[in-house]
Amino acid sequence: MNKLLKVSSNPHIRSGAATGNIMLTVVFALLPATGFGIYNFGMRAFLLILVTVISAVLTEYLYEKLCKRPVTIGDFSAVVTGLLLALNLPVSVPLWMGALGAVFAILVVKMLFGGLGQNFMNPALGARCFLLISFTSLMTDFECDAYTGPTPLAVLKEGGSVNILDMFLGKTAGTIGETSMLAILIGACILLFTGIIDLRIPGTYIVTFLLFVVLFGGHGVDPAFLSAQLAGGGLMLGAFFMATDYVTRPVTKRGQYVYGVALGMLTGIFRLFGPSAEGVSYAIIISNLLAPLIEKVTLPKAFGKGGEKR
Amino acid sequence: MARLTFVGGIHPYDGKDLSKDKPTKEVLPKGDLVYPLSQHIGAPASPIVKKGDRVLTGQKIAEASGFVSAPIYATVSGTVKAIEERRVVTGDKVMSIIVENDGLYEEVEYQKAESLESLKKEEIIEKVKEAGIVGMGGAGFPTFIKLSPKEPEKIDYVIVNCAECEPYLTSDYRRMLEEPENLIAGLKVILRLFDKARGVLAVEDNKPDCVELLKNLTKDESRISVKALKTKYPQGSERQLIFAVTGRAINSSKLPADAGCVVNNVDTVVAVYHAVMEGKPLMERIVTVTGDAVADPRNFKIRIGTNYHELLEEAGGFKKEPEKIISGGPMMGFGIFDLDVPTTKTASALLCLTHDDVSKMQPTACINCGRCVEVCPGRIVPSKVATAAEHYDEETFIKLNGMECCECGCCSYVCPAKRTLTQSIKSMRKLQLAKKKK
Repeated sequence: MNKLLKVSSNPHIRSGAATGNIMLTVVFALLPATGFGIYNFGMRAFLLILVTVISAVLTEYLYEKLCKRPVTIGDFSAVVTGLLLALNLPVSVPLWMGALGAVFAILVVKMLFGGLGQNFMNPALGARCFLLISFTSLMTDFECDAYTGPTPLAVLKEGGSVNILDMFLGKTAGTIGETSMLAILIGACILLFTGIIDLRIPGTYIVTFLLFVVLFGGHGVDPAFLSAQLAGGGLMLGAFFMATDYVTRPVTKRGQYVYGVALGMLTGIFRLFGPSAEGVSYAIIISNLLAPLIEKVTLPKAFGKGGEKR
Repeated sequence: MARLTFVGGIHPYDGKDLSKDKPTKEVLPKGDLVYPLSQHIGAPASPIVKKGDRVLTGQKIAEASGFVSAPIYATVSGTVKAIEERRVVTGDKVMSIIVENDGLYEEVEYQKAESLESLKKEEIIEKVKEAGIVGMGGAGFPTFIKLSPKEPEKIDYVIVNCAECEPYLTSDYRRMLEEPENLIAGLKVILRLFDKARGVLAVEDNKPDCVELLKNLTKDESRISVKALKTKYPQGSERQLIFAVTGRAINSSKLPADAGCVVNNVDTVVAVYHAVMEGKPLMERIVTVTGDAVADPRNFKIRIGTNYHELLEEAGGFKKEPEKIISGGPMMGFGIFDLDVPTTKTASALLCLTHDDVSKMQPTACINCGRCVEVCPGRIVPSKVATAAEHYDEETFIKLNGMECCECGCCSYVCPAKRTLTQSIKSMRKLQLAKKKK
């Protein structure tokens, strides 16, 4: 044979899994929540989503061009970040805020730390918290054409009563993508069935949070209160779409349970004892910071216990 | 306790249908035969013939040159043409004996054993050693050493590795279907060495016909049982196999004997039978020639030393242009750039693929997805271990149990970022092992 063939180290076959496919599936899984958000809040929500997503992708593109690095927008991770950020914004914020948040998420939280895989906290949530601290009143103003009252969780915190069915379906005030538990669960099922996420983190998170609320919520085992806590705020969106973010959660199996417990407790503390009715975003970014430590202490035992010398 | 499986692993496309239903064809070599002096783990054999000598089929041409070493036999009759360096499948050049085949296949006389009972244990081990038998599943570790552990009375399992978990390979499958008696007879020979042991034929359950056949043939054997293991790569990895059969887990620094086990693969056990009962040295093996580029994929019973070119011709040549040629299976085989290399004792397959997955895929950033952690049978964190290896961070590499990697390739296979995890870990392991030896 004249032509010499390429050689490579084993294995010589690879599965079809690819980063771009995973990210695209996440986008797809977010579509029910996105669609419902647009239905619920109107075209203004669509516009905000568009601005945020485009800003996120453009920031990554420009940064990489300026730094003369390979352009990685083809992996769709910036789209996921932009979309998640938009879903975490109230519909009434000005468009420039969406763009600013997206730039912060991609530039500061992601690219400056080394790009995909290197960010220490979830970029979308990092940006949301940045906006929350910088523009508190705009970010917590949920009044819009469709809804004029406070969010159900805020009502609950003041001791009022809420309509659970509306909360489950999503016909309440809130950020664009968080209101409909139903739409989020449909998306979560897509992620679960395609094997992109498993129930370790969301399951532990939600169970821990419920236990915390039962113990410290002051309502005991009150189904109405518990389901309102479950369906309200960003818990569902956070548990299934953001706490499960690969880059910022512990990679070890045992670590993921610990992480879920930390998330549940922090969310409980913030919601019940904090000044705001919401606490998922802060709980997740704080737990993100704990992830490396959690990983360190939960490394798996190698097969055959490993390590010891003959 | 038998678990019949292990934690981790993958289910790649197995490609076995290409070759599994065609009977094994015997191939007599036409061209020169090349016998690399190093086709086993340990010291290279040292030649006992010289250029111009006439040799017979079954004649010893190189002897073991240390404790961990193995002799090599001529597999045809002919003349020693040269003793020189030749390229082997790994890409290295290895000192080899080249025999010009005279096409007569004149054989030496073999000394048959009267009966298994008449043989002493030491005699059996000596025969296995003299026959040059090494682990034919790929490792190439001299078999007589495996068969003589420090405390033979503590061995309670003799396992025959019939898993054949590597995709595309069907040589063990054909062997089990075509000569199950020899396999069982070989197992009986090994069981003779270990009084307290029971023999287990461990087959993956994607070969139900083998399980059935072997069960039937061993139903009156009180010491032999057949276990159907769950089909999953790498079920045939030694430590995973021991776990699946016995529930005992050992780490990389231990030997199967530490778990009371002796493990050998199908071809090796058949070779033991031929060596001990028929007095024949290791000269033949079954090689699967397959892949979507091959015209007539099937198994061949070959004389060791035959050129891969000849095997491919026997399989009808290429029907499509191959992009990748692999000696062995797709998960653990060696990519070769040219077919002009000899088959050795450990050559299990020639796989010719029209697609080269690896060179098409560009490694990108790790997204920490954890798929490698899920599939790693060694239960380490390949993404972190590989990063440590890439940074040449020896301390972290060792701390993260990098040495526990069995190089099965599952992590690279599943990685969505197409990182070359196995390769990085493997390179570092090699360095560390070399350091230890010093």
